[in-house]
Amino acid sequence: MDITEYFSLVFTDYTLRTITLGTALLGAVTGMLGSFAVLRKQSLLGDAISHAALPGIAIAFLITGAKDSNILLLGALVSGLVGTFWIRAIITKTHLKSDTALGLILSLFFGFGMLLLTFIQKQPNANQAGLDKYLFGQAATLVESDVWMMAIVTGICLFVLLLFWKEFKTLLFDADYTKTLGFNTKFIDILITTFIVLAIVLGLQTVGVVLMSAMLLAPAAAARQWTNSLATMVFLAAIFGAFSGVFGTAISASQNNLSTGPVIVLVAAVFVVFSFIFSPSRGLLFKQIRFIKNRRDLELHKTLAFMHHIAETHENISHPHAIKLLNNFQGFTKKTLQKLVEKNYATIDGSMWSLTDLGFETAANLYTKQSTEDE
Amino acid sequence: MNSAQIEIQLIASLVAIACAIPGTFLVLRKMAMISDAISHSILPGIVIGFFITQDLNSPLLILLAAFTGIITVVLVEYIQKTGLVKEDTAIGLVFPALFSIGVILIAKNANDVHLDVDAVLLGELAFAPFDRLFIGGTDVGPKSLWIIGSILAITIGLLLAFFKELKLSTFDKGLAASLGFSPAIIHYGLMSVASVTTVGAFDAVGAILVVALMIAPAATAYLLTTDLKKMLWLAVSFGVLSAISGYWFAHWLDASIAGSITTMLGFIFLIVFLFAPSKGIIAVMYREKQQRIEVSLLTFLLHLKNHTEERERHVNHLQEHINWQKVRAKTVLDLALKNNMIVLNKNIVSLTEKGDTFTSKAIDYIITNEDAQIEDMKADFFLFRG
Repeated sequence: MDITEYFSLVFTDYTLRTITLGTALLGAVTGMLGSFAVLRKQSLLGDAISHAALPGIAIAFLITGAKDSNILLLGALVSGLVGTFWIRAIITKTHLKSDTALGLILSLFFGFGMLLLTFIQKQPNANQAGLDKYLFGQAATLVESDVWMMAIVTGICLFVLLLFWKEFKTLLFDADYTKTLGFNTKFIDILITTFIVLAIVLGLQTVGVVLMSAMLLAPAAAARQWTNSLATMVFLAAIFGAFSGVFGTAISASQNNLSTGPVIVLVAAVFVVFSFIFSPSRGLLFKQIRFIKNRRDLELHKTLAFMHHIAETHENISHPHAIKLLNNFQGFTKKTLQKLVEKNYATIDGSMWSLTDLGFETAANLYTKQSTEDE
Repeated sequence: MNSAQIEIQLIASLVAIACAIPGTFLVLRKMAMISDAISHSILPGIVIGFFITQDLNSPLLILLAAFTGIITVVLVEYIQKTGLVKEDTAIGLVFPALFSIGVILIAKNANDVHLDVDAVLLGELAFAPFDRLFIGGTDVGPKSLWIIGSILAITIGLLLAFFKELKLSTFDKGLAASLGFSPAIIHYGLMSVASVTTVGAFDAVGAILVVALMIAPAATAYLLTTDLKKMLWLAVSFGVLSAISGYWFAHWLDASIAGSITTMLGFIFLIVFLFAPSKGIIAVMYREKQQRIEVSLLTFLLHLKNHTEERERHVNHLQEHINWQKVRAKTVLDLALKNNMIVLNKNIVSLTEKGDTFTSKAIDYIITNEDAQIEDMKADFFLFRG
């Protein structure tokens, strides 16, 4: 099946439609909440939480013996929250730094989860075959009820985001100020963290424990490059996330042997790379172009100043001089000279140049002017 | 205990030591998450190395994979330097992308690669003794034992040779640089050791356990001491202790050895986190409570010193004036009485001579902005602490 076939099938085929909808919703909700994680400098929290959720899945299975994904995800949610609060306790109560706390909880919980998983595998009721999918995720196992679940959670997220928008926003940018305003920062903090955990847990089935953190980060990091406004960023991140989900599913469905999770992550990574390079205000490409342009401007100024310096020594400022004179000077290029002529700052006659009145005036005020507009 | 069991425990212990040494420095340099990133992103290196060598234990594969680890570090630093995102976001972006490439490479070549992502992440220590190294036809022991043994030897050699440089650059980068130790060389040296150790150990214990073995013993040791040498020794002992106890726990439970070693690490960390003498959570909370009461006591004494009129110094007044709850007021009053700071006369509180001196000194420190000195002074005045 190639991609065009996929797009024709997506509206008719039940399974494909479910999976596509599921990954799109997932991308949207993780993108939305990921924006907050990225801005709060909690990017790696997602990684830690998704790993910390594993023992919860195993314990939920051990207790109930059911493979109902909602119950397993509830276990994941509880264990993810336990991990999060333990990380918090380590950071606030001891002198261990946040990176240590994150790495510690991540690896310890994951190891414990693996112990439980292998323990379950050796149990006589060999009903456990589905638990492995939480490691790397299997979008193909998404069913309609899962998608409904995601839709509901996305809806709740959206509602809470809108309801507490200004609280989230002030907390994000100035926590102390929020506190002095009388908001219960602890509550807002816990609320947003809980929703981040919830979004991660939702994605475990589709993308898996290991790659979930990228789903949270990548759309938000890409969106951050295009805007400085929180609302736009959240919106863009949701869009990027949703498109990563859709394209990722399309690519993996059109090829054999491609699991959806890694493909979605790579598509999201492409979004990030594209944004890093091509974003107009922050992107590397335009930054480089601006850098070169500034250097040119500077060189133009330098040449003009040098010419002014020479012209100053003569009574007639338009007295012609040899272009050769400029040669022992670094800033001079044929192009800058041409540009000066274009701007009517200088005239060239054969191998001689002379400053115009306008050029002389500009050069004299070059470094005394308060504001220098772009040349 | 048969020879396979001894060999497994030996391998696990060597891995634990080899991880604890670079791990201690990673934790101290606040780069613990880098080890997590490296452990994931070596996957494409391992897969490509496996295409070339067709042998999971070949030194070339280890070098290639370790090189991927270094690339990760360089990429993270490059992204961070552009200033587009923060460092943690850079880490979080790089390693899932590299890991995904690895997973896809495996999936696309599933027929040629007898390599399982689970195996890379989790390892299988139980099978390690069966892959043996033969030199000239004689069996000299399991391959992974030799690999991790040589990595450990190199690590210890480097540690002994560069201990002073490492120590200095960890605690005072500026001084180290000004003394002429290149921070970049030490940084990348440490990163290389971490990468090589991760790759060397993944086959036996899996990438995730490597992260646990690097961070957990070091973090646990850091809660118990602030002396670098002691911290290294403690980290190594915690690592070995959990490796051996973890093995027997797994043996008893018939489950993954790597998972069980991690669980042991977690268990030890939890115990230390709760009960460590001065930095454990119970000690910290006790100290916080003590300080709260002592600050209240000081406030109370200051109040007494400020007011000579009896109405202000009546026991019942405490509650209204400073707005304390009954229990707290009683604790503070008892503490002050026990320490001979105040005397009670018909429910009127007044400062003793000692209490007066203490308060005057405290005021002096407060108005000269040297509040920290009060803490030292308490030892001279307090018979009982809060």
